[in-house]
Amino acid sequence: MKYIDEFQNPDLARRLLDEIHATVTRPWALMEVCGGQTHSIIRHGIDQLLPEQVELIHGPGCPVCVTPLEVIDKALEIASRPEVIFCSFGDMLRVPGTGRDLFRVRGEGGDVRVVYSPLDALTIARQNPDRQVVFFGIGFETTAPPNAMTVYQARRLGVRNFSLLVSHVRVPPAIEAIMQSPSCRVQAFLAAGHVCSVMGVDEYPELAERHRVPIVVTGFEPLDILEGVRRTVAQLERGEHTVDNAYPRAVRPEGNQAAKAMLEDVFEVTDRSWRGIGMIPGSGWRLSPKYREYDAEHRFSVEDIRTSEPAECRSGEVLQGLLKPHECEAFGTLCTPRTPLGATMVSSEGACAAYYLYRRLDISPAPREATSVV
Amino acid sequence: MCLAVPGRVVKIEERDGTRMADVDFGGVVKEVCLEYLPDLQVGEYAVVHVGFALQRLDEESARQTLELFESLGMLQEEFGDPWELAAEAGGTPPPKREEARK
Repeated sequence: MKYIDEFQNPDLARRLLDEIHATVTRPWALMEVCGGQTHSIIRHGIDQLLPEQVELIHGPGCPVCVTPLEVIDKALEIASRPEVIFCSFGDMLRVPGTGRDLFRVRGEGGDVRVVYSPLDALTIARQNPDRQVVFFGIGFETTAPPNAMTVYQARRLGVRNFSLLVSHVRVPPAIEAIMQSPSCRVQAFLAAGHVCSVMGVDEYPELAERHRVPIVVTGFEPLDILEGVRRTVAQLERGEHTVDNAYPRAVRPEGNQAAKAMLEDVFEVTDRSWRGIGMIPGSGWRLSPKYREYDAEHRFSVEDIRTSEPAECRSGEVLQGLLKPHECEAFGTLCTPRTPLGATMVSSEGACAAYYLYRRLDISPAPREATSVV
Repeated sequence: MCLAVPGRVVKIEERDGTRMADVDFGGVVKEVCLEYLPDLQVGEYAVVHVGFALQRLDEESARQTLELFESLGMLQEEFGDPWELAAEAGGTPPPKREEARK
């Protein structure tokens, strides 16, 4: 229990843990959807403090991890052009495309810049009217509204040398795809708190009912996660499957209406391929026809780039909760944060990186039967 | 990037017809767009993600989260030099600083 010292409020953490231990009567598998939650769980050893019967399965909620290789390759192609200033969040710099990454493109002379906000990219476009400025628009429902606002502002201000390379993804279709998989072991979801800050919880009751899974909106701090687990396990033990909000300080049931309205104006739902998982119907956004002129794929004619993944990388299984990172043969040997095979290792929010950073490599693998698909 | 950090609004003004604020994240001040929380006032707290205020927070929970993030080094990850972080991750020296290119 050494990790408990790191908790903000060890007494409260202890009480939550005691209650979870007292409630559990049989094994349950919960999936935390968000990569930020995965890191908090591994960093604090929360999975090791929970009763043995409660297994946390890491979900596909890391935007950097699930961005498909072909989109990374499109980014590398566009960023290499002399007329382009390519703007990105910092955590995309080391994501491997085919043979290189954005960091390397910069080293080769490409004008790659890191911005804190997509609006910074728009400012760069206004300061450089003779260059093409492209922003790499990836992420879930939390990141999509800022990117939508930036395109809206570009149009409003008449900035024509700005475009978005867009690869946004949506959580509910991913939950649907996970539940439909024949190998699915997930019995409940800890929903991603900040996604729900934007979207609210409207999309979840139907999913919870149809698949008979509790969905508990959960925050990121250790105590938030323990509270999410406590409420989820209580539902499972009672045989219930409702949507519950364990993160009310940042999530209103209706979400952020202004952000949702902007999403509806700028984007339209589309099928999207997820790195390591493949196509999930209706799981993404692309620019709506009204904003097509701001679509970088169209502007730079890279729509047809197609690539394939390294065969040794099993990040797809990790992203679907079918394999724990350290069970992959390449983990820590062929694949490390310095030589990543797949995005789950390179992204600071990826499950493989979390295990590499916070768990020593001599961690003994879980017995196969505990993780094999049922 | 996924991290959304609580911050306190210290100044609000219109810039190019857009409602913007200076927001203090435990000592680091950043420019933040308020278009999605237009009635946010100076002194209030909000969850901020990639330069956008997305949801109001009460002061106490904002302060606690900030303290936690700081103690875990997560604010450095969010606001530190991304090129240096990427260079460190890859075991290579960072390319020329961005300022040199402007």
